[in-house]
Amino acid sequence: MDSQEIIEPFARMLNAAVGPAEVREAERSNSLGAIWDSLSSSGYLDALIAEDRGGAGFGLADVFPLLALVGAKGVPAPVGETMIARALAAEAGITLSDGPIALATGQVDGQVVTCARVAQQILYDNGAELVLLAAADCSLRATGIEFSLAARADLSRIRGQILPRPAGGLLSIAAILRSILIAGAANQLVEQSTVFANERVQFGKPIGRQQSLQHNLAVMAENAIAARIAAQLGAAGGLAPSLAAAATAKSVSSRAAALIANSAHALHGAIGISEEYDLQLLTRRLHEWRMADGSEGYWSGLLGASRLSCPATSVDWVRAEIFA
Amino acid sequence: MFDSLTLASLPAEDDDLRLMVRDLIVNHIKSMPLWRRARSWQGFSADFSKALGRAGLLGLTIPKALGGHERGPFARFVVVEELLSAGAPVAAHWIADRQSAPLIMSCGTEAQRERYIPGICRGEILFCIGMSEPGSGSDLASVRTRAEMVDGGWVVNGQKVWTTNAMHSDYMIALVRTSGTPADRHAGLSQLIIDLKAPGVTIRPIVDLTGDAHFAEVFFEDVRLDGDALIGQEGEGWKQCTAELAFERSGPERIYSSVVLLDAWIQHLQACGRRDAATLVGRLTAELATLRAMSIACTSRLAMGESPVVEASLVKDLGTSFEQELPLVIGDDLAAHPDEPVSDELYQTLMYVTHIAPSFSLRGGTREILRGITARGMGLR
Repeated sequence: MDSQEIIEPFARMLNAAVGPAEVREAERSNSLGAIWDSLSSSGYLDALIAEDRGGAGFGLADVFPLLALVGAKGVPAPVGETMIARALAAEAGITLSDGPIALATGQVDGQVVTCARVAQQILYDNGAELVLLAAADCSLRATGIEFSLAARADLSRIRGQILPRPAGGLLSIAAILRSILIAGAANQLVEQSTVFANERVQFGKPIGRQQSLQHNLAVMAENAIAARIAAQLGAAGGLAPSLAAAATAKSVSSRAAALIANSAHALHGAIGISEEYDLQLLTRRLHEWRMADGSEGYWSGLLGASRLSCPATSVDWVRAEIFA
Repeated sequence: MFDSLTLASLPAEDDDLRLMVRDLIVNHIKSMPLWRRARSWQGFSADFSKALGRAGLLGLTIPKALGGHERGPFARFVVVEELLSAGAPVAAHWIADRQSAPLIMSCGTEAQRERYIPGICRGEILFCIGMSEPGSGSDLASVRTRAEMVDGGWVVNGQKVWTTNAMHSDYMIALVRTSGTPADRHAGLSQLIIDLKAPGVTIRPIVDLTGDAHFAEVFFEDVRLDGDALIGQEGEGWKQCTAELAFERSGPERIYSSVVLLDAWIQHLQACGRRDAATLVGRLTAELATLRAMSIACTSRLAMGESPVVEASLVKDLGTSFEQELPLVIGDDLAAHPDEPVSDELYQTLMYVTHIAPSFSLRGGTREILRGITARGMGLR
């Protein structure tokens, strides 16, 4: 099955189930409504489960275009998170119920968990093992951020089902997922901004004819492509990524996320920061994903420490650690 | 947006080339000081280029019958990556191997291929490219150097400037006007292979701000050339030039110009046992890895027979931004630790790269030109 065959039915399903109105409704009501029914009945939530365990047997690189589309549409549900949790559980012979699962990778009480307000369960990496917690047990608290589906959670003392912890923990995998979502949203913002620049007329001509704007859009495209390729480097390691590949993916994509969100807003002017205009559905998420599971500074620090411990040249080190 | 630029991997069969290049490097440039290796692809050594030719590392994409090795653009990527990572002096053969040979292969006659290509593959025939003129920089279509057809041959008059290594080269492939006037823009431009030893050619090296003289001005006064000096079609020079620039802009040389400095700084940090620059080292390493993946992605488009003009432009813009940032952040880091000794070698390398770095986003098309190409590729304008 090539990637087009995987993505077309998924894109059709997602286009029917999620548009800006559905995203806003989920953010208003803190519930997913019919969105999750469409996702779970599609079978795609088992995409990463091995075939001999009853799944589709895809790798993270295979489902990259699906998850990028989730990012591009700002889907208000933990789609990739649930795929990853189900695959990790299936490895241990455990079948999970169909509900949405959020990932928690921080070690501190009060950590902000993306999509927690619409999750049934939270898969929590406590540093020693993975614990699957019922969201209802987690005394979730609102973050106080309007429209955000993230929640604060105190997880360290809650009991739940133990799952085997992958060698590198959940953080690297979650960081790569964020980088894919960022890549999808970034690409969408570049395309949306290009269309806007060709339509919006000022000084008697489309603003896209202004050279300064053309150059800003070209730089946005460069950063969006860098984010995509970095995320692909991360995804190539599947659910057992190297620390260096995960760090590359998240460091580059998180940095790009902030730059692209800023450029998109600058280009759109005042309408871009209004609630009723769709731009904010993606730019708010870019900032959330940028900070989730380690920002560019966090991952750059880890990558740099690893780099400094080895005497190889940069090209040799990068080839061995990131392209392996 | 630009979906074809996607992660690709280097074929394993090209890996043997790395060892061949490393052997040569050990033999030829091990004792070369760091500040010379930082010249990267501006470092000139005719001997080293001939040694590469003898080792079978030039003309990698050229047919065997013409002295090449019939391997793909990926093989060339591997060789170039190894050379630049070590700071090998590759300028002598660089332009001939990268641009002139592919141009002659795609646009030249059989006679032209036989005359030039085997010597390029041996590293013995050196080429430069005559594009810029005193009045024509980014606005290349305004070139005024003219070639007139006289008695079945060409007579060239005019001037080129900023021509890299003209004083060391045997031939120049020059963009000249063969009909019309500069007002005709792209129409009427052609490419000629000019023998730089021909009477009427005067070459004056130009010293740059580092004290090097890697570029030159070249004057043509009634320079007489045979009829077959024309490469490709008369009047098609612009189109040929643009295709050629896709080769120039997409290679790994657009991300590795400062990599010798990066490695020297990392060694310095390791020697001092200093960890406070780890976040910066990590960010730069992540960016380097991403640019490498982007450059390989571009190379894979070349390998599929495409001419990724827009993709090459955006990779070059991002790559040269990285190359230019390196000396600035490294200089900041070193000078933020005034009590820490910095070796002569590292300091000289840092200052050389700092001073020459502006050229990274000039050669092969300015940042503004590249962003314009990218914007047009996005459907703007």
